[in-house]
Amino acid sequence: MKILVALKQVPDTETKIKVAADGRSLDPADVKWITSPYDEYALEEAIRTKESKGAEVVALSVGGDSTKDVLKNALALGADSAVLLRGDGQGDAFAVAQIIAGYAKDKAFDLILCGNKGLGGDNAAMGPMLAELLGIGQANVIVMLELSEGSFKAERETEGGSEIVEGALPAVITAQKGLNEPRYASLKGIMAAKKKTIEELDAVPVTTGTQIIALSLPPERPAGRKLEGDAAAQAQALIQALKDEAKVF
Amino acid sequence: MILVFCELKDGQIRKPSAEALSEGRRLADAAGKPLGALFAGASCAGSAEAAKYGADVILTAEGPTLASYSSDAFATVIADAVKAKGATVLLAAATAVGKDMAPRAAARLGAGYASDVTGLSIVDGKLQAIRPVYAGKAFATTTFASAVQVATTRPNVFPAAEKPGAGVAETLAAPVGDFKSVVKEILAKASGKVDLSEANVIVSGGRGMKDGTNFKILEALADAIGGVVGASRAAVDAGWGLPHSMQVGQTGKVVSPTLYIACGISGAIQHIAGMSGSKFIVAINKDSEAPIFKLANYGIVGDLFEVVPELTKAAKAMGIGKN
Ligand SMILES: Cc1cc2nc3c(=O)[nH]c(=O)nc-3n(C[C@H](O)[C@H](O)[C@H](O)COP(=O)(O)OP(=O)(O)OC[C@H]3O[C@@H](n4cnc5c(N)ncnc54)[C@H](O)[C@@H]3O)c2cc1C
Ligand SMILES: Cc1cc2nc3c(=O)[nH]c(=O)nc-3n(C[C@H](O)[C@H](O)[C@H](O)COP(=O)(O)OP(=O)(O)OC[C@H]3O[C@@H](n4cnc5c(N)ncnc54)[C@H](O)[C@@H]3O)c2cc1C
Repeated sequence: MKILVALKQVPDTETKIKVAADGRSLDPADVKWITSPYDEYALEEAIRTKESKGAEVVALSVGGDSTKDVLKNALALGADSAVLLRGDGQGDAFAVAQIIAGYAKDKAFDLILCGNKGLGGDNAAMGPMLAELLGIGQANVIVMLELSEGSFKAERETEGGSEIVEGALPAVITAQKGLNEPRYASLKGIMAAKKKTIEELDAVPVTTGTQIIALSLPPERPAGRKLEGDAAAQAQALIQALKDEAKVF
Repeated sequence: MILVFCELKDGQIRKPSAEALSEGRRLADAAGKPLGALFAGASCAGSAEAAKYGADVILTAEGPTLASYSSDAFATVIADAVKAKGATVLLAAATAVGKDMAPRAAARLGAGYASDVTGLSIVDGKLQAIRPVYAGKAFATTTFASAVQVATTRPNVFPAAEKPGAGVAETLAAPVGDFKSVVKEILAKASGKVDLSEANVIVSGGRGMKDGTNFKILEALADAIGGVVGASRAAVDAGWGLPHSMQVGQTGKVVSPTLYIACGISGAIQHIAGMSGSKFIVAINKDSEAPIFKLANYGIVGDLFEVVPELTKAAKAMGIGKN
């Protein structure tokens, strides 16, 4: 079995967002970069499959020089090889899907694992777009995955519940928290990763579907009010205010 | 044409779809174009309701291949309808189904896709979207490079407004074929309660709840005011038996209710990212310096174990949540 894992480098969740001088992108100063958390579940699932069934795991990222950290980490965790598709930092989820489809189309991957959304971009779109471009099935927001010869069974999170999706391989599966518990890299893994090289390819130029023309911070919230008195008085005052001022009820 | 994919539940248009449809009507008026509502399923009984929200045309695709959800069958229906109608804008609600099929349909159409948008407008004849990024820490104004423009609308943001339309019914062929991935079984049916992402009122508990069983006081308050219960990651990860689906925040659900009540939640950046889009925020915390108070419209400094039951009592006494 051959598994491709798509990993995105994203700003750490602690990041305070500052808008760059161009008015439409994130100011990268002081930003700490991490692997998108959902992509960690995708990678872990690939490595577990390798351990239980035997598989070749290829880690892939579209990005620039700094993105190599994500791939080095993937190698340390157990990916067999890593590919950086070098881009210019422009482009949306559709562009990324086209780039990855261009790379993957003649490589006979049986399974492509992604995060269900890239932290930050938050489109939750790359996986389904990639599946469509490759003409294969998809299952998104997956918390359980079972692989058989040529087919898969997955549990997908929906509103207030879940459902079972079954389909043929190859397929794109996008991971949700709960799928597994990602491991930490071992010292041995880190040392072994140092000996592996990251294959670098130029991303095939593609068209993007959307463009961000402005990035802005949310409006300041109005100053709040603290309610005084004992618990009963505070509760009474709150319900009254929600009813009369906020008109929530 | 502006086309809106709508979901039915028990023969009625789901609320997030009604919201998308209403927004579609607004955009159609702005662009001077007709509005089409699109339904797919084994049966589309109930689709006529779309006229109430301004649909000029109601398109239905019915057939056994649409009885269970499959991303390729549904994407096929949608992409074919867009082509057949020459639609330039396709909207769907950002629900589990909408988010699964809209990007796939967009890719088939070679169209740009903006997910989970909170604002839409027509500028120089083209769609422009505002969407939260970094889980709501920032907003991106997004334009489309393609002729067809696809977006999913965040539930509970766009008002569902009644505005009668002609609602001319038209049927579409259901796709035939072998679908690559199909839903076989619905496991946990929602307990009649709305999902956090669609809820109008949310009562959330954090580490200050001390134990999972204490969440029953939040359930009681939520029941009294017509809300659903959420949690911080600290609470979900504490081993109290709370499912991840209850988690609000950057790595959980991003929510936008009218009212969010945070109980024993400090207000970490990752939690705030998921709920700062709420219209009204109430914080109940015993630490007056807790960062959550910076966001709160109303703050109660106190012990949640005393305050929450009093709130339930006060709400019941005032007859809240009877609607
Ligand atoms: C030419 C080019 C160069 C780029 N260079 C960079 C860069 O230097 N740094 C950067 O952060 N982004 C870069 N991007 C990526 C791009 O900005 C975003 O990935 C895109 O907007 C989608 O983001 P999202 O998080 O909303 O995707 P979503 O649709 O939410 O992502 C879902 C999943 O798709 C996969 N995925 C998404 N993006 C990538 C990616 N770039 N590589 C591998 N897997 C991915 C992940 O598994 C992710 O969990 C580049 C894109 C292009 C076209
Ligand atoms: C990668 C990453 C992703 C994350 N994603 C999320 C996410 O999606 N969602 C999320 O919520 N967090 C997330 N976090 C975690 C986040 O950083 C915080 O740790 C978490 O939000 C804290 O939860 P809390 O406020 O419940 O707990 P704490 O910060 O411990 O706060 C508990 C609060 O309860 C108050 N309290 C205690 N007892 C009482 C009482 N009797 N009455 C009233 N008040 C009381 C205390 O004063 C305190 O303010 C993430 C972290 C990381 C690193």
